[in-house]
Amino acid sequence: MLDIKDRQLLEHIQLGLPVCSRPYLEIGRLCDMPEVEVIDRLTRLKQQGLIKRMGVIVKHRQLGYRANAMIVWNVPDNLIKQLGGHISRFSFVTLCYQRPRQPEWPYNLYCMIHGKDKATVLKQLDQLIDACGLSDFDKEILFSNRCFKQRGAIYQNPTPALADG
Amino acid sequence: MLTTLHKQLLNDYQRDFPLSARPYQDIADALGVTEADVLSAFTELNGNNFISRIGPVIPPNHIGVSALVAMSVPEQQLQAVADKISAYPEVNHNYEREHRLNLWFVIIASDAEHLRAVIDSIERETSYPAMLLPMLDDFFIDLGFKLDLNNA
Repeated sequence: MLDIKDRQLLEHIQLGLPVCSRPYLEIGRLCDMPEVEVIDRLTRLKQQGLIKRMGVIVKHRQLGYRANAMIVWNVPDNLIKQLGGHISRFSFVTLCYQRPRQPEWPYNLYCMIHGKDKATVLKQLDQLIDACGLSDFDKEILFSNRCFKQRGAIYQNPTPALADG
Repeated sequence: MLTTLHKQLLNDYQRDFPLSARPYQDIADALGVTEADVLSAFTELNGNNFISRIGPVIPPNHIGVSALVAMSVPEQQLQAVADKISAYPEVNHNYEREHRLNLWFVIIASDAEHLRAVIDSIERETSYPAMLLPMLDDFFIDLGFKLDLNNA
């Protein structure tokens, strides 16, 4: 589990590791923690799976991956773990979540595919549908268009001020 | 123009970025360049907006609560409504998608109450109903994304 110091550390480091010779020392200065403790805590959080990965977070669009589709399926609840696990194994899939169905929105399984263009994404989707046995389930494909905002997760402090703007 | 070093940094350090006192030096040693080369290459990647940052990917709902939200907004008003929503510090992704539900954004809040307050405020401010889609389960093991940079 995360203790208060882990949270403080993650709040600072998620804004980005400084590009300098001793970046963990810099992060430590921000949260009043020795460099070695910063490194030890990050190492432990990664081992515990509370950090999924630590590294470069790329901007797909700027690197030529212009097409992004969110695909939503309505699959039986008892199959969702198995299907979600299978979908997640494809290298072109960049997210795979279960979300609750809503009135007039019957979908419960969400995945994201990034590709260089729409045709490639649709081809990869066909491949996914074949391999995972998804062809019988209702789905919708939502390609992204304009990106209004994209940044890393910013986790607010426990007592945040709400924006009034 | 991406150099070989840029491409190596983009593809080989999405996971397992060194957790050591001199991580950029460790990368430099592994790639046979100098620490200064690695630092300037990362500065260039940041400057060209090819990377968002170097940092941890944290599984959803371990710190705070997050939800995907969908809205249906008339095309003429989409930019203005999107701008209002993007102005919230709790909103971290905000995209137009080609669908009747054409605006999709992610809110991250400190707890359920805070999340509800942000949604209520957005609904009041925009006067469009928001469909709230919290995450129930995360199947994805994030190993980074293999980029084909041959033509980049």
